[in-house]
Amino acid sequence: MPSSIPHALNTLCAGLILISAFAMVATRQVQGVTRFFVAQSILLATSCFLLAYSQHSTDLFALGLITIGAKVVTIPWVLRRLLPADFYERREITQGINIPTSLLLALLLAIFAEFLMSPIVDAAHNPVIALNLPIGLACLLIGAYSLVARREAIPQLIGILAMENGTFFAGIAIAPQLPIIAELAIAVDVALIAVVVGLLTRTIRETLGTTEAASLGELKEEAAK
Amino acid sequence: MTRTVAFNIIQLLFVIGFAPLYSGVLSRFKENVQSKRGPSILQPYRDLWKLFHKDEVVSQETTWIFRFTPYLVFVIPLFVTTLIPVLTDYPLAFAFMGDMLAGGFFLAFAGFFAALAAVDTGNPYGPMGASRTRMVGFLAEPVFMIVFFTVSFVAQSTIPYIVQQKWVASAAAFFSPAHILLLIAFLMLILAEGGKIPVDNPSGHFELAMIDESKGLEYSGRGAALMKWGGQMKFLVLTCIFLNVLVAPWGLAHGTGVADVLLAAPQILFKILLFAIVLVMIETSLSKLRLFRISEFLGAAFIISVAAMVTSIFPGG
Repeated sequence: MPSSIPHALNTLCAGLILISAFAMVATRQVQGVTRFFVAQSILLATSCFLLAYSQHSTDLFALGLITIGAKVVTIPWVLRRLLPADFYERREITQGINIPTSLLLALLLAIFAEFLMSPIVDAAHNPVIALNLPIGLACLLIGAYSLVARREAIPQLIGILAMENGTFFAGIAIAPQLPIIAELAIAVDVALIAVVVGLLTRTIRETLGTTEAASLGELKEEAAK
Repeated sequence: MTRTVAFNIIQLLFVIGFAPLYSGVLSRFKENVQSKRGPSILQPYRDLWKLFHKDEVVSQETTWIFRFTPYLVFVIPLFVTTLIPVLTDYPLAFAFMGDMLAGGFFLAFAGFFAALAAVDTGNPYGPMGASRTRMVGFLAEPVFMIVFFTVSFVAQSTIPYIVQQKWVASAAAFFSPAHILLLIAFLMLILAEGGKIPVDNPSGHFELAMIDESKGLEYSGRGAALMKWGGQMKFLVLTCIFLNVLVAPWGLAHGTGVADVLLAAPQILFKILLFAIVLVMIETSLSKLRLFRISEFLGAAFIISVAAMVTSIFPGG
């Protein structure tokens, strides 16, 4: 297995997934963040297909299809339908933490993930686990970070979805026989999150004219009146 | 021994001879992509010919640095050429005289003198361009170093001839995250060091916006020709390091015959042509960054290179 072509291509996917995680942190435009998320999801699905092929697992193949259906097609489409176009052209200028610092923190998270996973990887003796587990965890942590650091609603949502991508990328390596029903449930869950956050954002924007999380403090005052 | 020295000389001639062609092909492609006809790919040769036949004017206020720098800028890329694989995949006579770090030092040395010469003239645009180039330079420095560290972790060596063999040992090694991240970081570095579009506009003629070009504004005649040629050779050398050492040693000569080495030349040129297409795609699809965004661009390159190092240190990378 280690020297076969599917494994080699899986390592390529792993590297590119890590890069797209960094790119999502570094991008200012909402549109750009969404594009990198779609790219990451395509890479994740490719990785699923490759592992399905090399491990002869139909579950993983189905998981790849679910990923494409949910994250590459449905979620971008739903968000695009729910939110007006100007939303996507927006640049996020006011950030809690500026981009270079964010990138450095993302790097620290990636190092932390590698460090944390190295004993498990040592014990596992499986090249796929050795590859997917640290990078999946790194994507999860970076997604969680952008959830905290971003100020706009859609990049925050993408942060949740990127966390989910990271979990899947680690998951397909450790538990290739994960029941398909669980995966379906997760996929539907994620799509629902997208719809709910999209609708909420739209309503908030209609009421307040902004979706910057920083200026949403006024919501409470309205309720108090 | 005499044979490897002869091959080294062939490599030097390759770099001297084809550097203007490379820059001509790049500018032609770029114009073609933008639906313009563009100059002939031989135009840089004509420019050099023209400049060598013009009189040189040197300001009285300048010192020896100004006169000395064009020769240095021309010669330094040739020193680096003796250290790196341009045409052969086995070490040549001077291969063990210095590693990739030495190549970096050499290029930095030329850059230092180019900046000094720009300040030397007292032309207001020169020092401005020089200080900007230094800014890009010191931001690029950590990326250079981390790339070298990663390479030395993976290959246990920083000699370019040894490094290049590591990536093609297996498909998994070639596609490993460390290698891919390293390539992207070094590509960003080449764009910055070569004054290409996200960082600098090589075809811009507006002095206030120049970064790399304004250093040579005061030169005329032979000095300008040498500066220009040296810059083109530096970019070709960086491309060779990228393509032959970091990407893969495909197309390099295995055999020790003269014919093998000469046959490698068109293959390497083809590889460079493919790279030129990628470069033109990058250059036409991106816009030039504002000056203070350059730190962000190179910061991202730094992050990617450190990520490459981390994935190569820990198991599984």
